[in-house]
Amino acid sequence: MNTTTFRTDQEFFLDPQRCIGCHACEMACAECETNGQIGMIHVDYVDRYFTPQTSVQICMHCLDPVCAKVCPADAITKDEFGIVHSANTARCIACSNCVDACPFGVPKKIEPMDLMMKCNMCYDRTSAGKKPMCATVCPSGALYYGTREEMRERRPNSEPVNQFTFGKQIVKTKVNIMMPKGSTVLVVDDE
Amino acid sequence: MNGSQLPEKPDYEVDFPIERVEAEHVSRREFAKFLCLVSGGMAVGTAWVAVKDTLFPPHRIEGEVFVCKTANVPLGGTHAFTVPGSRTPFILIHLNDGSWRAYEQKCTHLSCAVYYQPQADKIECPCHNGWFDARTGNVLQGPPPRPLPHLEVVLKGDDIYVAEPKTV
Repeated sequence: MNTTTFRTDQEFFLDPQRCIGCHACEMACAECETNGQIGMIHVDYVDRYFTPQTSVQICMHCLDPVCAKVCPADAITKDEFGIVHSANTARCIACSNCVDACPFGVPKKIEPMDLMMKCNMCYDRTSAGKKPMCATVCPSGALYYGTREEMRERRPNSEPVNQFTFGKQIVKTKVNIMMPKGSTVLVVDDE
Repeated sequence: MNGSQLPEKPDYEVDFPIERVEAEHVSRREFAKFLCLVSGGMAVGTAWVAVKDTLFPPHRIEGEVFVCKTANVPLGGTHAFTVPGSRTPFILIHLNDGSWRAYEQKCTHLSCAVYYQPQADKIECPCHNGWFDARTGNVLQGPPPRPLPHLEVVLKGDDIYVAEPKTV
């Protein structure tokens, strides 16, 4: 077993409504050498014609990661802390199965490297007891990494939710999304 | 993914689990199987070597075999030869003091070809830097476990013959 100082009491809390579109997280992410200085976090414009609202998306680290399940090369694995790791560079064949399979649109095929790369919750930092880069720079609290108690104090009227439904499919994730108090599930697509 | 609807885990998920803990796990049974396979393989291999050695003993030279004329090999020179009925390579060495030696050219470590170095007056195996005494065939350094097998050199006028060594 690997010896790390991964803080199992800390979790990621994502609050896309608080995203102000400053792109600081993208810049911070791209500062990391382990990503090849490519940002692994996605800042999306919800409907740019009508609103300046942006939304931020990191890897949700599904409990049953479909990206890893569809990988024909066994390149994506999940560790004992629930981190779904980016593609093993020696194994990834750049087939883009994971890109198509991910319900959150997280993995991206990086063409110059012919490799899938995605957020691994800054495993090089979190395994050393530090917080992910994006969470340390977010000025509005859209990205927060800490304990559940800290989050409850900061957002008494919100509830961390880690269950999504896509039609009949239920996806549970390691990363929490902040929902109004009392919510238990985020229904993405209700068939 | 609602896993409970699937009848059971397909084989590929068992063989290539996405969980690192599962992928790296070696069960007691797997380890025991591996241990049995390796030690069994070694036992069978050793038995095979023993049987082969008993059923097919190494080739022995009958009588004296002509190799070449003394004029063909200068002082410090060598001559490669084989004996009839065997493909084992031998070298005849004309040592600097004028005496003659004949050795098997196969290193006793991993059967690489060995070469006589006249300056050092030693036999070298270049594969793993093994060295033999050119006079006795004994190992001087390196991985070879045994001395080089040698043949008796018999001089008859200008003709050189080899024979099995008398004390075996």
